Amino acid sequence: MKEFDPGESASIVSVTDKVRPLPLGAAVSSVHFLGDNACFVGAEEKIFVATPASEISPVEMHFGAVLCAASDGARIVTGGDDGKLVALNAKGETSVLATDAKRRWIDCVALHPDGAFAWSAGKTAFVRSGKAEEKSFDAPSTVGGLAFAPKGLRLAIAHYNGVTLWFPNMAAKPEFLEWAGSHLGVVFSPDNKFLVTAMHEPALHGWRLADNRHMRMSGYPARVRSLSWSAGGKGLATSGADTVIIWPFTSKDGPMGKEPAMLAPLQARVSAVACHPKQDIMAAGYSDGTVLMIRLDDGAEILVRRNKGAPVAALAWNAKGTLLAFADEEGDGGLLEL
Amino acid sequence: MAEAASSPKIPVTVLTGYLGAGKTTLLNRILSENHGKKYAVIVNEFGEIGIDNDLIIGADEEVFEMNNGCVCCTVRGDLVRIMEGLMKRKGKFDAIIVETTGLADPAPVAQTFFVDEDVQKNARLDAVVTVADAKWLSDRLKDAPEAKNQIAFADVIVLNKTDLVSKPELAEVEARIRGINPYAKLHRTERCKVALADVLERGAFDLDRILEIEPAFLEADDHDHDHDHHHHDHDHHHDHAHSHGGLKHYHDEDMQSLSLRSDKPLDPTKFMPWLQQLVASEGQKILRSKGILAFSDDDDRYVFQGVHMMLEGDHQRKWKDGEARESRVVFIGRELPEQMIRDGFASCIVT
Repeated sequence: MKEFDPGESASIVSVTDKVRPLPLGAAVSSVHFLGDNACFVGAEEKIFVATPASEISPVEMHFGAVLCAASDGARIVTGGDDGKLVALNAKGETSVLATDAKRRWIDCVALHPDGAFAWSAGKTAFVRSGKAEEKSFDAPSTVGGLAFAPKGLRLAIAHYNGVTLWFPNMAAKPEFLEWAGSHLGVVFSPDNKFLVTAMHEPALHGWRLADNRHMRMSGYPARVRSLSWSAGGKGLATSGADTVIIWPFTSKDGPMGKEPAMLAPLQARVSAVACHPKQDIMAAGYSDGTVLMIRLDDGAEILVRRNKGAPVAALAWNAKGTLLAFADEEGDGGLLEL
Repeated sequence: MAEAASSPKIPVTVLTGYLGAGKTTLLNRILSENHGKKYAVIVNEFGEIGIDNDLIIGADEEVFEMNNGCVCCTVRGDLVRIMEGLMKRKGKFDAIIVETTGLADPAPVAQTFFVDEDVQKNARLDAVVTVADAKWLSDRLKDAPEAKNQIAFADVIVLNKTDLVSKPELAEVEARIRGINPYAKLHRTERCKVALADVLERGAFDLDRILEIEPAFLEADDHDHDHDHHHHDHDHHHDHAHSHGGLKHYHDEDMQSLSLRSDKPLDPTKFMPWLQQLVASEGQKILRSKGILAFSDDDDRYVFQGVHMMLEGDHQRKWKDGEARESRVVFIGRELPEQMIRDGFASCIVT
């Protein structure tokens, strides 16, 4: 069995000694930056805000589990099993954006750059934008994922057997992209040309939006839970295998008929990915607790965290790309300044 | 990490039963008893029934087919999602109870625990408990295929409302149940009054506990005795003793069980491919399967169990000195091709 042991290997550069430890003390599921503060979304109740000086302060969000979270850089919005949609801004202030009338779980949330936001409870997706009143759409089955298109107010709603594309402010009939199976996550490519879903089975499915041509991206040993577009939307980095899988999106056909890049293989599964916002580098977290920085053109690796502890659950860069935050499922976190 | 890795999986009890049989009564009984445990309860009619519990989640019973070309490979998508949300509150509850609608097929619920890696990591299916109405079950078995499915699938059957039927009627309905599923533990109750230990923590899907796969009524003496203690149910004993003498036997026309045994060892290179081929081709008909196997040149007992096309199996332990090395296999299903199964099994015996 090949052990990943950088201590005795000169072949990998390590920056583990530059990481500022962040003992969060509770399970976390994701991290988002508000300015230079790393905000770790707890599995229950709280967001833990860590300053660059490693001071951690918890913020109460929900009475119960935090089921979903999204950020636009100005705020983080979370949905809880208390039926509430709650926002946290950069000043550390919270506000309740919506409360489900039946106190159903808020399963999914998505934010639009212009301030609109969407959430779902069961089969119903809701959108609120500007001063316009709340609008809702009932999907044929439970909503598995939500994403706003980068242009216009258009919401992708993933559900069983496909994705519905809905323009909340237009009377037009929503468009339905069909593909059998359960779709649990959805993302648009930054150029608005492709839509990709993460399925219940270990595969991605994609559509080229110009002609709805299908793209099948399969071969993963485990479900894909983490997706990240590389700088400029050139590639889509994914978790789910024992290497980082990066599907190429540079040509007009996207990844159709092409092999993905496979970088940074370890004896563990990739559990979280985060591409650098400006450069062709990315970070990857693994099920054995390892965190690596990886150069996309040649796969060169830098060790950020050794293989210890629980699977890496949270991984994110700040907008400038100068800070990398990460944490494992049990809340052992860290912050690296480049 | 070590702690998390070794933390026990949360047991999940699936509660089924035809409309009006008493599922909610049993659920409330479980929740209200003074056991010091906390349950997360997943119900299908959220808010419409009075259940007093902190953690109660409404489910939509959304069943979808897995994209693996196997039509009976259906899972409950809503359950995958709910389990993921519940696992964020690990430590806040000890066990999960999933109540299905009266018309539900238990298979997709069970299969969710076989196929979903994330669900499997944190939770384990404990047992399928079916509540049946002593007065109306015989009728439902004739006109409602769902009711028959629920009986066939059950590990535990709570035969409720026994106070509403006469002794001959009770014997009749029990015989009909046994004609379909002789392996489930059966408890006769009024208002679902059953000891919690008889419905919870059964380990019915635990390979280590597939110790006995004898028809339940053959063990009745022991079982019965035990029950008299908690229930003070003298009729019960009398009834059972009586049934020993002249148990009615029904052969249900479309749902049966099939038991195979051999005291000669099986050839693992023949048996395993045969079993896999059998569930691949006949899996839609086979609701449940279980087996304890003695392979040639193998000092370990091999155990397996399955739901439709899904199988799991493992070496369990060494055969004990003096223990009869006997293989036993049980199938419960609809229109089982009996001769084909018997011949196939026989061809795996080392001669």
